[in-house]
Amino acid sequence: MSFKTALCAASALALTAGVAAAQTTVTIATVNNGDMIRMQGLTDDFTSKHPDIELEWVTLEENILRQRVTQDIAANGGQFDVLTIGMYETPIWAKNGWLVPLDDMGDDYDAEDILPAMRAGLSHDGQLYAAPFYGESSMVMYRTDLMEAAGMEMPEAPTWEEIRAAAEAMTDKENEVYGICLRGKAGWGENMAFITTVANSFGARWFNENWEAQLDSPEWAEAVSFYNDLLENYGPPGASTNGFNENLALFQQGKCGMWIDATVAASFVTNPNDSTVADSVGFALAPNKDGVEKRANWLWAWALAVPAGSDATDAAKTFIEWATSKEYLALVAENEGWANVPPGSRTSLYENPEYQKVAFADMTLQSINAADPSDPTVGDVPYVGIQYVAIPEWAGIGTAAGQEFSAMVAGQQSPEEALSKAQALVTDEMEAAGY
Amino acid sequence: MARAVTTRRKTINSLAAWTVGLLIFFPILWTILTSFKTEATAIADPPVFLFFDWTLENYSVVQERSDYMRFLWNSIIIAGGSTLLGILIAVPAAWSMAFVPSRRTKDILLWMLSTKMLPAVGVLYPIYLLFIQLGLLDTRIGLTIVLMLINLPIIVWMLYTYFREIPGEILEAARMDGAGLREEILFVLTPMAIPGIASTVLLNIILAWNEAFWTLNLTAAKAAPLTAFIASYSSPEGLFYAKLSAASTMAIAPILILGWFSQKQLVRGLTFGAVK
Repeated sequence: MSFKTALCAASALALTAGVAAAQTTVTIATVNNGDMIRMQGLTDDFTSKHPDIELEWVTLEENILRQRVTQDIAANGGQFDVLTIGMYETPIWAKNGWLVPLDDMGDDYDAEDILPAMRAGLSHDGQLYAAPFYGESSMVMYRTDLMEAAGMEMPEAPTWEEIRAAAEAMTDKENEVYGICLRGKAGWGENMAFITTVANSFGARWFNENWEAQLDSPEWAEAVSFYNDLLENYGPPGASTNGFNENLALFQQGKCGMWIDATVAASFVTNPNDSTVADSVGFALAPNKDGVEKRANWLWAWALAVPAGSDATDAAKTFIEWATSKEYLALVAENEGWANVPPGSRTSLYENPEYQKVAFADMTLQSINAADPSDPTVGDVPYVGIQYVAIPEWAGIGTAAGQEFSAMVAGQQSPEEALSKAQALVTDEMEAAGY
Repeated sequence: MARAVTTRRKTINSLAAWTVGLLIFFPILWTILTSFKTEATAIADPPVFLFFDWTLENYSVVQERSDYMRFLWNSIIIAGGSTLLGILIAVPAAWSMAFVPSRRTKDILLWMLSTKMLPAVGVLYPIYLLFIQLGLLDTRIGLTIVLMLINLPIIVWMLYTYFREIPGEILEAARMDGAGLREEILFVLTPMAIPGIASTVLLNIILAWNEAFWTLNLTAAKAAPLTAFIASYSSPEGLFYAKLSAASTMAIAPILILGWFSQKQLVRGLTFGAVK
């Protein structure tokens, strides 16, 4: 090797070493959904503005991610600098001191612009601990063509009785059209999310002020048997194993008259590339029992947070600032169109006249605004959370109770049996946990 | 003495074998077929089997979204490394157990196997903490060691049974000719046990390649192998079955091809010693 080439090689090495030393790596743990994948595709915008920050992505399935992140954060493993977490975990983890507060975001970040319901759900003691990337509520999605054929009209704010009547009119089992598709698959984030909202809209509550389980109340009995009757009479076969994805597939194949689920599904079912019914979908608010002031709509957000063990806190915050900013929403709109902007995080998005043209924008906002995690149902409750109870024990009791209700939908037990079993197991768990 | 086999019987036998084989292979075939469908066709009801518009779109999307080569490289290093390391330790261990057994050899063998009886998740937390302390989280060397330890009992057991088939007299003869321990293992035992060692290596590469508990739990971005690559395409909120299938097909393709080419070796090794 000549002296010159040696010199060149040495200086090149020194240069790369220099660059490498100045780089901060931010490892982002995230879930696999449309909005998150879109963000990964747009990170060039971030890295061009912050050449000193390198982004590493770890994309995992929701349940694996939750377990993986909990394990790392509890053991102080420091594997991740940015976490994608939900509204359920945020207040619990913040209370444990596992998250870095997000109080010093940049001047033009405008935290006041975040939708109030989202901010409330992602805070602990009035302090924001996770910034919403996108938010969702739930609503009724229905087939306008089938409703028309049945000579019916969907009110903007239907009652459960009106939903039942519509389901009955649209059901045509011979042609594999089922009036209503609902979640039946067991899990605290699956069927229990939905069943809990139904319970709220019948005026039921999980616990009274003394943390005593209330599943033996008449409101619960009415809500659960109504849900069971709907699926039994007008639901698709095998509903006890249907979750979000299964119902989405059924709806897109034109087999459901109605589907009550996450507002985020609206962009899927109206996408002509995937959905055979894209041009005949209408939206309505989640129903309630006539006379009950609460509706069956939930509130959820996927949010970005910084774990306390991160060694790149500042760079992580810089990234979160970018990903949850107004500018990011505009960037997505520019590249992918307004219908693909992550919904439900900022007030200004819903004030934007361009976004107001999107078919499901208004119904999404109304649904989100109608949800208040600190006042989920009619009676007073000691807990926060609409379709969940924000205590660490919930994941366990929610899933165990969910299995009872799933078995009920499968026809293995009556609503009364499912409720009394659920009441017993919730009471046991709560006593064991010291409530 | 060989029994006479009628043509009729032969046909029935091969038909049965084909049916069983296809049944076992069908899920993999379905995954591969789905990977060439659009997301809408993937969930079509009734399902379409062969007659759809074949598309490579999913592969290009997956390729664009993830750095396949990085995951592949990690898989190769972890699966290959752990197997190699395991063989280096297991050959001498199996040699001593097969040719110089002590009173406790049987117990040791059983004890080694008993470590496989504990569900992996039972030791997740201790290992996780150890990894943090040693700085091994999300490193290829850490995963290589863990997978080697997990598969070691199987490697030792397999090699032990193969070595037992080799007459000890041959090794004795070598010793009488002046071979030291190293020469004995390297130049006499190993060449004779090649089919056994080869099938052990293959089986362990396959096991390590598909190991999805430790590889998911102990990695993040840097050392993640193909199992993490597949997991990144699974989604509870949104239908990505076709893309998930494309990712799965890409992840199993290398090991499937390796399996095909070494089929003869694998079968010979697995049945080695069965006929006495």
